[in-house]
Amino acid sequence: MTERLAILKTYKLYIGGKFPRTESNRYYQVTSAKGKLLANASRGSRKDIRDAVVAARKAFSDWSGRSAFNRGQILYRAAEMLESHAQTFIDEIMAITGKTKKQAGDEVTASIDRLVWYAGWADKYMQLFSTVNPVATKYWNFTYPEPTGVVGIICPDEMPLLGMVSKVAPAVVSGNTCVVIASETNPLTPITFSEVIATSDFPGGVINIITGFKSELCGPLATHMDVNAIDYSGQDEKTISSLQEAAATNVKRVVIRRTPHGNDWLGDTSQSPYWIEPLVEMKTAWHPVGS
Amino acid sequence: MKKNSEAPHLEIVESRRLLFGDLWDYAPSPEKPVNLKKHYDLFIDGKFVPAKSGKTFSTINPATEESLAEVALADEADVDRAVKAARKAYQNVWSKMKPAERAKYIYRIARMIQEKARELCIIETMNGGKPIRESRDIDLPLVAAHFFFYAGWADKLDYAFAGRKARSIGVAGQIIPWNFPLLMAAWKIAPALATGNAVVLKPAETTPLTALHLAEIIQEADLPPGVVNIVTGDGGAGAAIVNHKDVDKIAFTGSTEVGKMIQKAIAGTKKKLTLELGGKAANIIFEDAPIDQAVEGIINGIYFNQGHVCCAGSRLLVQEGIVDVVTRKLWDRLRTLRVGNPLDKNTDIGAINSKMQLEKICSLVESGVDEGARMHQITCDLPERGFWFRPTFFTEVAQSHRIAQEEIFGPVLSMLTFRTPEEAIERANNTPYGLSAGVWTDKGSKIFKIASKLRAGVVWANTYNQFDPASPFGGYKESGFGREGGLHGLMPYVELI
Repeated sequence: MTERLAILKTYKLYIGGKFPRTESNRYYQVTSAKGKLLANASRGSRKDIRDAVVAARKAFSDWSGRSAFNRGQILYRAAEMLESHAQTFIDEIMAITGKTKKQAGDEVTASIDRLVWYAGWADKYMQLFSTVNPVATKYWNFTYPEPTGVVGIICPDEMPLLGMVSKVAPAVVSGNTCVVIASETNPLTPITFSEVIATSDFPGGVINIITGFKSELCGPLATHMDVNAIDYSGQDEKTISSLQEAAATNVKRVVIRRTPHGNDWLGDTSQSPYWIEPLVEMKTAWHPVGS
Repeated sequence: MKKNSEAPHLEIVESRRLLFGDLWDYAPSPEKPVNLKKHYDLFIDGKFVPAKSGKTFSTINPATEESLAEVALADEADVDRAVKAARKAYQNVWSKMKPAERAKYIYRIARMIQEKARELCIIETMNGGKPIRESRDIDLPLVAAHFFFYAGWADKLDYAFAGRKARSIGVAGQIIPWNFPLLMAAWKIAPALATGNAVVLKPAETTPLTALHLAEIIQEADLPPGVVNIVTGDGGAGAAIVNHKDVDKIAFTGSTEVGKMIQKAIAGTKKKLTLELGGKAANIIFEDAPIDQAVEGIINGIYFNQGHVCCAGSRLLVQEGIVDVVTRKLWDRLRTLRVGNPLDKNTDIGAINSKMQLEKICSLVESGVDEGARMHQITCDLPERGFWFRPTFFTEVAQSHRIAQEEIFGPVLSMLTFRTPEEAIERANNTPYGLSAGVWTDKGSKIFKIASKLRAGVVWANTYNQFDPASPFGGYKESGFGREGGLHGLMPYVELI
């Protein structure tokens, strides 16, 4: 036999800049579009979610304190890393989803371009959303955005790479850190993407990725008292309703996006500074004017 | 006096202290009460109508416990009528009106509020218990200014959101608290109207009167019937608004507890939501602060409006080196506060809004004493009837004490101490709330550093409790979401397309 046996990758989670296995030691099998076993993906647990929230909270002070320029550089670096690994992603998406090379290629290039697009917003969205307020009394008064904190992101199942990039980039560009529940049907590409994140100078904990069953993971994320916002994309009304209800435990901000859907993810309507805006808090500061 | 015979020595001179308290007499100067109607009806579809059930409730003056008037008690059926009227007005009239015309209606309302300001501030004080000095100099000017500010936005929305057009939402259900009854009505109604929405507003149960007088102004201003509807009642009417199927947006100002219930109740619907909830703001005094100004800021921060303020500076954080001097100056200043008839122009602290609120304040103050904090409370005479609480502050407070954690919503301040700026930030942010904060220091760079680290929506630096219609207001964390005031205050009432 001269044929070499391929090395299979173990798909673990991505928490705090490291790649731990799920503490639950559970897995679920991911098969190719043709039914061939591709991998045993991590079936993350409530404890993994908690660990990820702890990592995200720990990373928040550093990340939100970085300069806008630095955050932009790091997002751009992620685009560079994704570009250089584009073929890996195209192959992986084709194998899992059965998409054509063209379709998978479109998703990967759109993901790269989207990272670049948001990288550019890092030092611009603040000027768009800030105001100096002409109050009637002798005060200097201005309002500017600050990151909301730890954001729980629930990715669409479709477009496992582009869907995630489109949600994560507008969240972290302003200084938020996040816990991401990846596509349930294709959890492999998101975990491969975490290798891009890990080599892009993102501090550990800024982006944490959990794979598994949304029915098990959404609840613990949406009720967690140290998560400040929940950002969902998808069309499952039952999940939407339960997320909205769970979010009330600590007055989380809730972003629900029923669109885009399908190939709309590829287009310009799937990126907007108004995707950054719901995940920032407006701070108003006053100071007397006088001598 | 010996001259030059002793070596010079440093002497610590206690600055002169002024004694106030009972030593200074004064002549009472009360405003004349306004003659109120005996009965007030709901304002639905441009008309004043009784509740369908015929039920009413009595609204009182908290300073005398005397009944002021009977007010219609709305229930689900009345809310339904109001929502239907609002929907009709929205579809047929208000959303179709030229924005410039919409603006003129709002300007007109603002002007009429100014014309009736004196009457309105007296009613506000009679019904809510706040000192006339505040309702006259703060509440009413801000109410009119808020309508003025948003009137001008009505025909300029195309310039408000870069790259997007703003579209109205529909029917907004608005539920407001009793601490600034008319001002909160203005904060809710003005931006909703400017953006082309119709309104169903429910004033707080204990303070329905000024909103109904505003309804009269709205009627006199010829605002198309149904654009603004005002339903008075208890929590039942509020719940009916929240749960009504044809309401598109809920805006609530009140307690975090009720805010969470509302957020839960509308889960699974497509209603938009903004919440302006409780707070436990830190007011941080550094050693390099202008101490006398800071003491004024502390007083204004917590004793303004009897402490019935969601953004009140209820946790005083004082740097260790100045604890003694701040405590002494605070105590001296506290004793000058005049508690009594809210209609008297000399009054600093009026009546507590309700018996229920007074009981809540008393029980939290009792917990402070029980848990070992040291209470400083002035000993002034109080009127025989009505709801009153003497201005109070606590020292030797631990972070774990209930008075350091829970919103008291009364004239009660808890003082904690810190050594370093880092510790101040850590303590200030150690709360589920995040509405506001204060910082006092003469060092500019420190202000910017501290202000940027405080997780709160409004930061007052070297000042406290300032408000303006152009200035966005709202919280981080469990203090709610959405902003009221300024350009940002338009966002909760529009859809961007």
